[in-house]
Amino acid sequence: MARLTIEGLRKLYGEFRALDDVTLAVDNGEFLALLGASGCGKTTLLRQIAGFDRPDAGRILIGDRVVSTPERHVPPEQRHIGIVFQSYALWPHMTVAQNVAYGLDVVGIKDPERARRVDAALALVDLAGFGDRRPALLSGGQRQRVALARCLVTEPSLVLLDEPLANLDVHLRASMEEEFARFHERTATTMIYITHDQAEAMALADRIAVMDKGRILQVATPSELYREPIDETVARFIGEGMIVPFDDAVADGSGHCMANVLGHRVRLRHAAGTTPPVASRACVRESALRVVDAAASGVSARVTAVIYQGGHFRVEAIADAAPNEPLHLDVREPASIRAGDRVQLGIDDGWVLPLPDASLQSGKIRR
Amino acid sequence: MARLTIEGIAPDGAISLEPLRRTLTNPTTWIATAHSLVTAVGGTFLAVAIGGGVAVIVSLTDIRGRDAFVFFFVMPLLLAPQVVALAWLQLFSPSSPLLKLVGAAPLLGARNPLYSAMGIIIVLGVQYAPLSYLMLRAALRALPRELIEAGRSGGASPLTVVRTIVIPLMTPPVLAAIALCFVSCLGNFGIPALLGIPANYVVLPTLIYQRLSGFGHTVLPDVAVLSLLIGSIAVIGIVAQDALLRTRDFRITTATSTARAFELRRWRVPVEIALWALLVVVLAMPLLALALTALVPSAGVALTAHSATLENFRFVLFEHAAARRAFGNSFTLAAAAAIMIVGVAIPLAYFLVWRRSRLLRFVNVITEIPYAVPGVVLAIAAILLFVKPIPIIGISIYNTVWIILFCYLARFLVLGLRPVVSGYHQLDRTLEEASQIAGARLARRLRTIILPLIAPTAAAGALLIFLTAFNELTLSALLWSSGSETLGVVFFSFQQGGDSTYAAALGVLTVGVSIALMVSTLLLAGRLPSGVLPWRD
Repeated sequence: MARLTIEGLRKLYGEFRALDDVTLAVDNGEFLALLGASGCGKTTLLRQIAGFDRPDAGRILIGDRVVSTPERHVPPEQRHIGIVFQSYALWPHMTVAQNVAYGLDVVGIKDPERARRVDAALALVDLAGFGDRRPALLSGGQRQRVALARCLVTEPSLVLLDEPLANLDVHLRASMEEEFARFHERTATTMIYITHDQAEAMALADRIAVMDKGRILQVATPSELYREPIDETVARFIGEGMIVPFDDAVADGSGHCMANVLGHRVRLRHAAGTTPPVASRACVRESALRVVDAAASGVSARVTAVIYQGGHFRVEAIADAAPNEPLHLDVREPASIRAGDRVQLGIDDGWVLPLPDASLQSGKIRR
Repeated sequence: MARLTIEGIAPDGAISLEPLRRTLTNPTTWIATAHSLVTAVGGTFLAVAIGGGVAVIVSLTDIRGRDAFVFFFVMPLLLAPQVVALAWLQLFSPSSPLLKLVGAAPLLGARNPLYSAMGIIIVLGVQYAPLSYLMLRAALRALPRELIEAGRSGGASPLTVVRTIVIPLMTPPVLAAIALCFVSCLGNFGIPALLGIPANYVVLPTLIYQRLSGFGHTVLPDVAVLSLLIGSIAVIGIVAQDALLRTRDFRITTATSTARAFELRRWRVPVEIALWALLVVVLAMPLLALALTALVPSAGVALTAHSATLENFRFVLFEHAAARRAFGNSFTLAAAAAIMIVGVAIPLAYFLVWRRSRLLRFVNVITEIPYAVPGVVLAIAAILLFVKPIPIIGISIYNTVWIILFCYLARFLVLGLRPVVSGYHQLDRTLEEASQIAGARLARRLRTIILPLIAPTAAAGALLIFLTAFNELTLSALLWSSGSETLGVVFFSFQQGGDSTYAAALGVLTVGVSIALMVSTLLLAGRLPSGVLPWRD
């Protein structure tokens, strides 16, 4: 088990910045999810950590050992980490037990120690007695667990999981998610879990690092990420947040302020210990929006679509004051709203986005 | 090649244009060049016409028995060209047992019609038709079905679709097939040696052979110029193909399922009969003629149940010392070349496919060169390189079996490398990465993960090399010495000495070995990526 420290990592493919000044610290025993859409650079980052690729700038430390800099490169076989590949990468010409034992053979561990550890690893993933089978004869979930056992048998300091559930059906995913969580509890290994599925990341991770265009935008606990996104991109990516302008903000000194949002006074949260700007933009979640009486104070809007989603309707609407930012909210069944109706919307909560320049500037200064 | 150029213009260290002038003003040079061009162009035309037609039918229609047909159709490519040439000679000879059966043999004393330019062209065309077939079949395999279906739903008949869609899209592989067949025909020695020399119809490779065996080392500068000439013609052919391809954009934008679009309906049986009839004519009849010749006591004797004898086989197998040695030599050389090349190809392909570097891509191009240039050129270059003892270690490999092995390794490396490279491309890289993560170093990864996974493909590549080297004549005809004869050389000297019944017996034996090996690989077939074994569709 070890810390992982990444400092100012950069990787260029010609002009394209696949990794742009990535800095990240993962604590000992932590379960960190690396979340981003495909093409955001998360697989590139994983290959850097594993050592399949060299960075153009910056460095990577596993524990206290520098493993990657542009000049120094510890090859993957000497990094003592484990990977669960998306394709599982089980060797078809070996049995399950031989697959699992491979890492032990490499370092020269002989029976009975070898057999004992292979059995223990297979038992840990509930595959005791499957040792003599060939990978081709196993189901998707079983292959997944063999891959997990194979990567853990050598007790690596760091385990990388590359979209391990992407090839499984929905039903199996839920049970494998639980399996990973249990597994992390039992072994307390530092784990980095790469995924594009935010529900998966939220369910599993201690912290989530959100990546976009080769940069890490925010590293935070799932709840922080949802409640206090650092910028517009994160706000929109996580939980489909809506961005609305506000002005006339008056702080009350307790991390809240009253502001005018789309012609309606709303209580907004802002970053503790800072003074919020008088006018800027805020993130509003669908759970904070509700339809109020026509007579009550609220944001007046026109409904553009009503979509039934089983038990509730997703209502999409355009506020008169901000026609370029469509709003959406859930309305419980039964509801009499139709497309084209005029409604008043109440806003219960919002989060003042930190000024976009602030993070950008701090980035520039560091460089 | 550099060594060749130097020898051509500056023998004995002094620059001299004398060999160049002497060779280029000699009318024989230009006659041989003209003959080479005529036979190469004719043979190429025939090969691409037959191979292309068969490729279209096999790829696009619903004929039955495809696998069996392809197996036999590709066979001539893996048989020795000189044996095929002899088989054809026997088929058309005045004493042809087969034609006598039907009463169509030429009159006794008449010249065999195959001792001519036309004969060379026909046999070259038959020999290399499978080569153009293989290239076009691979290309047609990649042709998306939608392109053809779009044409048909636009109202075009199957023939119109072939004419307006398939053939235009197939232009690059057709040009590539033409270039490859041209280079192969140009460099072929066995066929013009058997069919051309008796008719005094000399082409460049046979001219080089005659000069070198007639005058020995004194003519080395002259034959160096000749081989440069033949090398340049080959290069011009390849460059022309490249230039033609650049004039238009042939890229196929979609890539989905393989085409196999046309139902032949009432034409299916006639087409199938035509295809198998083609096999009977180009493969079965010549080989049968060869086998029958091997059974007669001596050339010209009529074959009857009474005169049939196995004496020829007994002679070449047990009595003739050189023939016995040649079996050992060819077998050892072919096996050594196959094993050594595959041993090199597995790690080399690993770096070529999975570790990209400029140096390695250069190496990749280098390995293609000895196969692209005609064999005689390589052989002359090797003689020039090794005629003096190797510097530093001071050992001379000239006039030993080692110089033949050296040339086999250089020439056939690419034959082993190609299937292994395609095997790597079909292998999931994460399998290796997983073992790397488990702590295995390169040598261990190659041994425990990559070797077991690539082994079937590598075995197929090794077999391809073995078959080619086992049947080879072009290189060893120029490089052999007493004691290092190959089967090709002994076969050729039997035939030149008029002992065509012994030659036929030897030919039958090599054909038997080749076919047995081809059949044995079908057992491996299920574990191979597609496209590795040429004789399997």
